[in-house]
Amino acid sequence: MNQVRPALALEIRGLAKSFERPAVDRLDLSVIAGEFYTLLGPNGAGKTTTLRMVTGLLRPDRGSIAVFGIDALADPIGARRIMAWVSDEPMIYEKLTPLEYLGFVAGLWAVDGTVAAARARDLLGLLGLTPNAEERCERLSKGMRQKVALAGALIHEPKLIILDEPFTGLDAGSSRVVKEVLRQRVQEGCSVIMTTHILEVAERMADRIGVMANGTLIADGTLDELRRQVGAAHTGQEAIIASPDRIGSGLRGLADVGAGHASLEDTFLALVAQDATAT
Amino acid sequence: MSQPGTIGWFAQHEARLAWRDWLSLMTAGSRRRARTVAIGFIIFACFVHGLAYMMLTSSPNFANSSGTRVLVVLTGTLVTSWSLMLSQALESVTRAFYARGDLELILSSPAAASRLFAVRIAAMAVTIVALALVLAGPFINMLVWLGGLHWLGGYVAIVALAMDAVAISVVLTVALFRAIGPRRTRVVAQIVAAVVGAAFAIGMQIAAIVSYGTMSRMAFLSSAQLVRIAPDRDNLIWWPARAVLGEPAALAALLVFSVAALAATIYLFAPRFGQFALSAASVSHSPARRNQRRSCFRTVSPARAMRHKEWTLLLRDPWLMSQTLMQLLYLLPAVFVLWRSFSGGGMTALLVPVLIMAAGQLGGGLAWLAVSGEDAPELIATAPVPAAQVLRAKTEAVLGGVAAVFGPLVVLLAIVSPIGGLVAFGGVVVAAGSSTAIQYWFRTQARRSLFRRRQTSSRIATFAEALSSTLWAGTGALVAAGTWLAFVPGVFVVAIVAGAWLISPERSVKAGQV
Repeated sequence: MNQVRPALALEIRGLAKSFERPAVDRLDLSVIAGEFYTLLGPNGAGKTTTLRMVTGLLRPDRGSIAVFGIDALADPIGARRIMAWVSDEPMIYEKLTPLEYLGFVAGLWAVDGTVAAARARDLLGLLGLTPNAEERCERLSKGMRQKVALAGALIHEPKLIILDEPFTGLDAGSSRVVKEVLRQRVQEGCSVIMTTHILEVAERMADRIGVMANGTLIADGTLDELRRQVGAAHTGQEAIIASPDRIGSGLRGLADVGAGHASLEDTFLALVAQDATAT
Repeated sequence: MSQPGTIGWFAQHEARLAWRDWLSLMTAGSRRRARTVAIGFIIFACFVHGLAYMMLTSSPNFANSSGTRVLVVLTGTLVTSWSLMLSQALESVTRAFYARGDLELILSSPAAASRLFAVRIAAMAVTIVALALVLAGPFINMLVWLGGLHWLGGYVAIVALAMDAVAISVVLTVALFRAIGPRRTRVVAQIVAAVVGAAFAIGMQIAAIVSYGTMSRMAFLSSAQLVRIAPDRDNLIWWPARAVLGEPAALAALLVFSVAALAATIYLFAPRFGQFALSAASVSHSPARRNQRRSCFRTVSPARAMRHKEWTLLLRDPWLMSQTLMQLLYLLPAVFVLWRSFSGGGMTALLVPVLIMAAGQLGGGLAWLAVSGEDAPELIATAPVPAAQVLRAKTEAVLGGVAAVFGPLVVLLAIVSPIGGLVAFGGVVVAAGSSTAIQYWFRTQARRSLFRRRQTSSRIATFAEALSSTLWAGTGALVAAGTWLAFVPGVFVVAIVAGAWLISPERSVKAGQV
């Protein structure tokens, strides 16, 4: 029987990057068009390195990256045209106002001036930045700057938005606004890939979750699929018990996972613990 | 180790921070460079001592004389040095007021903040003394060797003048704070610092041009006319110079006055320093001025957006503007010569190298800001604009800035002397272009606020840029003079620029890609 393969927003095959040691090791990862994908993993797992290779900020040692079918290594400009990158440190100019910043970003992506002006007005309104639209960014708080950077990422209406820890430094109100904006984009057909350490955000927002450790993808699927994956491994616990200090928290979570009502935090810790014992 | 919270303890803390800061400035964080830096210092010290010896022996009996001519030359040199000290002190005080750094930690601790600020004001004097001695020390040493131990008074005089400069800077900055508020003080103090630093030296240069048709300050200070109109030896104006000559009464008076001035400043202002710094820090939270300008959303090419952004950022940064202003101030004597040339002076050949050299320096500074000082490198790197187009747009922004400054001067020069204008035009373009290229080849990402430290990221780039500007200026001067000798510095500068490319990280990257 022929199965229709879903269109992929991002397809990574055999991606590898080493610095002094392998940061990303033969990674395979796919994100379906129109889905909200969250990449989790402990510090140093290779999440940010992966995303930086996708956006063209780092050159991989090996492997391939396709963004909506465009080979991002062979045609980086074509891929960048439909992508947006938001890092945890807002990339803005202190001496420009949010409006001027959006005007500049629109210029870089060659967005029509009239269209860009309308989008900027909408985005600043949506993100609660209208009162600060003509203040220089140097006078804005970190959370506001982060929202300006997000507005910049959205002004050219990318098909794929890549965010690295976008909620760092945001207050509860701002976090909610950013989440709503991202959710709305996904409803409109945009794809989002996000790394975060705030598991509650991932649990609530993600259609699918990928868990990385030691540069590879150790688990991938919906929250239920991840729970099942941990549950299947739960049958042979001898290996896990081999190093109880290292994985104590993961073990504690395993009982809940086995019971089928585990939170993402329990599941995540159990997956990382499994990987730690396996390696 | 001193008792925590005491002046001695704060002094140790500040000394440790200053030492590490200086070390990182010199070695750019690489321990291996420490030896190279030490060797560089020894070579520099030998070179400056040699230069001082040649300059002092070229003026017969200067070291063994104490007549009015010596007093005039010493006073002129001291005023020039002091204007530079005052400029540096103003910048240090402004920086101390506006840098938040550890301010909140200090003010929220139970330690007496006034002690720390007392140490910081004193530390500014120490820094300024150290910088002044790097340049004045070799001359004083050579004077001691040639003329006797009494010249050691020069060291005491430098220390005293640095203390005066810091005291006046603190008082001036506080006065500006009270008169025009923290926001304007930042801009005004930076511009005053730039103007003060250059004004006296340039003023003397202009006076030399008017009187003798030369750009030499020394020629002006040594002139018989100036000596003739100089006041009597007992006049108060000569006391700093007499202190340099080692006269005990003058030395004691200068030292007592300076120590008293600095002590009074510390006593009066150290307890309020924290309060001033806090008001300066709150500047960023004050409401913004809103002015309706033309729309930011016009359909433009990425290159145009990039150029516009570079110019806007430069024009909105008063500190960077003051740094640029400093470079432009040194062009004033050249402008003055140009003006005189209209009335039949005929010194156009002199202008060509000045313009070319200044263009090279300005081009290098602007290129660093545009290429290395990009504050959103990832935004640019993830935009759908090819790297070559980004580079071209940034180069156009740099050369546009250089053209805006030097264009009118070159046009004026061309009216006076078409050949001179043509040579200056070519020289300005190649000097600015070479500096821009060198900055691009040796680029390292840094914050714009580190502009003053841009030289430390690559010393090779710094030397190559300085040599290229100087040699292009020399080539321009010789071409304007119509001599085939222009070929010599021309070949050298091409070799230096080519050598810089060959050893640049940019070439290594490109070679790796091939």
